[in-house]
Amino acid sequence: MNPKLISLTINGSTHQVALSPNTTLLHALRDLGHTDVKSGCEKGDCGACGVLIDGVVVNSCLLLAWLAENKELVTVAGLGTPDKPHPLHKAFVDLGAAQCGYCIPGMILSAKALLDQHPQPTDEQIRESLSGNLCRCTGYVRIFEAVRVAAQELGSTLPE
Amino acid sequence: MIHLDQPNIADLPALRHIGKPLPRIDAMGKVTGATKYAGDYTMPNMLHARVLRSKYPSAKIQSVNAARARALPGVVAVLTADDLPGSQVATDIPGVTGTAKRAGTDAPVLASDRVRFMGEAIAIVAAETPEIAQQALDLIEVEYEPLPAVYTPEEAMQPGAPIVTEPDNIVARWRIVKGDAESAMKSADVIVERTYRTQFIDHAYLEPEAGIAWVDENGVLTIRVSTQVVEHFRSIAAALQLPQNKVHIMGAMVGGGFGGKEDITVELFIGLAALKTHRPVKMVYSREESILAHCKRHPFTITHKTGVTRNGRLLASQVSVMADSGAYVYLSPYVLLYASAAAVGPYKVNHVSVDAFAVATNNTFTSAFRGFGAAQACVAYEQHMDEIARALDMDPRELRRLNYVQAGDTTPNGQAIRGAVWLDECAKRAWDALGEMSEPSSPHIRIGRGLASYMQSYGRITWFHDTSQAWVGLEMDGSAVIRCGVPDIGGGQMNTLAQITAEVLGVPMDRITVYSTDSALTPLAGTTTATRQMYMSGNATYQAAMAVRKTLGDRASQHLECEPDEVDFADSTVFVKNDPSQNISLTALIAMCAAEGLPRANLSLFKAPFTDKLDPETGQGDLFPDYTFGAHAVEVSVDMETGEVRVLKSVGCHDIGRAINSAAAAGQIEGGAAMGLGYALTEDVQIVNGVTITPSFAEYLLPTASDIPETRTIILESGTGLGPFGAKGIGEPCFTPVAPAIANAVAKAIGSRVHQLPLTPERVLEAIDQSTHV
Repeated sequence: MNPKLISLTINGSTHQVALSPNTTLLHALRDLGHTDVKSGCEKGDCGACGVLIDGVVVNSCLLLAWLAENKELVTVAGLGTPDKPHPLHKAFVDLGAAQCGYCIPGMILSAKALLDQHPQPTDEQIRESLSGNLCRCTGYVRIFEAVRVAAQELGSTLPE
Repeated sequence: MIHLDQPNIADLPALRHIGKPLPRIDAMGKVTGATKYAGDYTMPNMLHARVLRSKYPSAKIQSVNAARARALPGVVAVLTADDLPGSQVATDIPGVTGTAKRAGTDAPVLASDRVRFMGEAIAIVAAETPEIAQQALDLIEVEYEPLPAVYTPEEAMQPGAPIVTEPDNIVARWRIVKGDAESAMKSADVIVERTYRTQFIDHAYLEPEAGIAWVDENGVLTIRVSTQVVEHFRSIAAALQLPQNKVHIMGAMVGGGFGGKEDITVELFIGLAALKTHRPVKMVYSREESILAHCKRHPFTITHKTGVTRNGRLLASQVSVMADSGAYVYLSPYVLLYASAAAVGPYKVNHVSVDAFAVATNNTFTSAFRGFGAAQACVAYEQHMDEIARALDMDPRELRRLNYVQAGDTTPNGQAIRGAVWLDECAKRAWDALGEMSEPSSPHIRIGRGLASYMQSYGRITWFHDTSQAWVGLEMDGSAVIRCGVPDIGGGQMNTLAQITAEVLGVPMDRITVYSTDSALTPLAGTTTATRQMYMSGNATYQAAMAVRKTLGDRASQHLECEPDEVDFADSTVFVKNDPSQNISLTALIAMCAAEGLPRANLSLFKAPFTDKLDPETGQGDLFPDYTFGAHAVEVSVDMETGEVRVLKSVGCHDIGRAINSAAAAGQIEGGAAMGLGYALTEDVQIVNGVTITPSFAEYLLPTASDIPETRTIILESGTGLGPFGAKGIGEPCFTPVAPAIANAVAKAIGSRVHQLPLTPERVLEAIDQSTHV
């Protein structure tokens, strides 16, 4: 399987990288140092490897990297940094929504995709949008609340 | 909504940091993806390891031929039992004095001539890429001769059953005898006898087992690994025939543990491969490998025979306990002991006999899992309490209330119960918080409510002679450093130490750095298991911080011209309690102490109570430092046509002594509620004739965001725990009562009981059918 040079745009930076056709986006991203994309099952069951592709959350373990060429990829680190956190980051910290933290990058990206579509989501929409992201530590309760709080925060900071 | 009530019923004094839901120091790194887990690390020139695992649950290995695998380009080493003759995984608890293990039951690192479960490790491949390593596995030829096997403890106990490990299949046994249960049973008005069964479940932490090993420039085998136990460096040294000071475990943030990262996982595979190849070697289990080949929760079969008076007094209890240990023993003796000691629950029974066996089978091995046998015991004793109440036509909550232990009572093993015992308070508050009963959404839906109470130890078995150490120091700029070997498995273990130090030394949380989980560079703090870290390392940190405070406080009292006990520390300032205008900044005080050569740091060791081992015949003796008490109440709906159970409301109420961080404590309780929901309803590692047929999250069903009921948490604080500031442990205890509460609610809804977890729709329908045919 011959590698091909493809171009991946990750968090606004474009990388040229030689990849075999069978390399998943998960492995391509992690090999490029994006270890904020977590590997939990490699079968699309757990959601830990979620990334935004043109604004839609996708399990990167299920997508071949070649298919992500010329698309905008965003990982959880692309939303903000510890110095400049995104309101979702901040709400997850403030509410104690992260315990071991391993599921959280995927969880936050699912929440981001939801809030982009539905800035004021219902509880049902929050649950549904996160139902593909497994968490073993928190029982999800604080995660739901963090998404609500972030939605309020984002709503109040929207430009007039 | 987060529903958290924290009524201060003991009127504890307010503290500056303790008890507050402060943001955790580890949180921002985790949510922004900056935190590195063991599997995120890479090294130059690194190899990737994969393990070849047995395809049979019980077989003789005739031969292993790795010639074709070794010839594959990119393969650097294929290692078999020949590369490590005679070495075994030391499966006992590290760093303890006194064990209960039967000799000769440890697992080999790599099987040589015999495999005892499907998934047992046979060979390690180290290759340039994970793909090549995987490909090489398929080129290793293993010739097996299948052998007879046993798949249930009942079969394994039969005379003539195939023996998993000589001399017989009983790998652990405990007896607890208090009073004379047999005689006392005769004076009972009513005797209720029932059997309860629990299943294998998987820890299912989102981070699979992972690590990277290399030999450093001083010849030290260094392993960065996701573990709950850095003290495994000793057993790794023994297995790899190295001196203990030539093995160095560096932890990382652990992506979930729950007991599953208490035993050794990848360490020996990557350690051996790094020694043999002289290159760094990384290994990450696949999810399937994690489910197939690493430990599971012990399935238990527990039979209760209980004699009661007509008015509901428990007189005598005979309990038989059988646990499936799987193919190797690991922590089975201790899990069995926890189940035995907890067998009658938080109830006063003067005549008890418990007879418990852990039995080897050719199933995947079982070991530690949140609740550690005490949880399985609760599934049985709390369902049994409801069944006794039904036999007496009594309210099950009233039956409990009549029989709860009180302070000063003794457990079946003869240990006196100390401190506040708020069993009734917890049960009442949990039940009342369920509020108005939900209306069934359609005629074939029934609503039921159930409750379970428990008492559960925190801290290790006291004859292990447990200790923890922590170092606390102040830097010249007034910032603080904590060094403590505690692995943080997500419960906020590091943050707890910071919050204690902030309270004692008046240093803001954002000026505290915690270094942890390093077997060589941080003082050893023991394992993050047994709900012990807040108690043990919390106390060690408290002691160390108090020693620093003493030195600085004494010096400050001279400067401020007051008595040492009038000095207080807050907001980086040291001041006279009654006159804060008399003060000195912490940095100026530190400079003063430094100029005079006074220590600004302290290394402290905390010792748990030390006791002797239990009497082997009667199981009498002290066993645990202390207990946490609490209750969980739920409301469920049951679809009488499909058997589907949904949990509608879930309330945990626990006396945690004192919350160190109330958000973190509530987070444990909320997480325990969800894990207990999975245990009760959906989770089941199905091992059929030794073959795991649920090897992924598509078959092994964890609770998702859609399954979570309205969840309430009530934190009570008696202030009587043995931890810092009177705290008790809650990590494991909060999980324990959830599944039996759900089982009791389902039984109430349908009018009959499923005596086997999980309560699948099929089993619920069957129970409904049976009850309607009676």
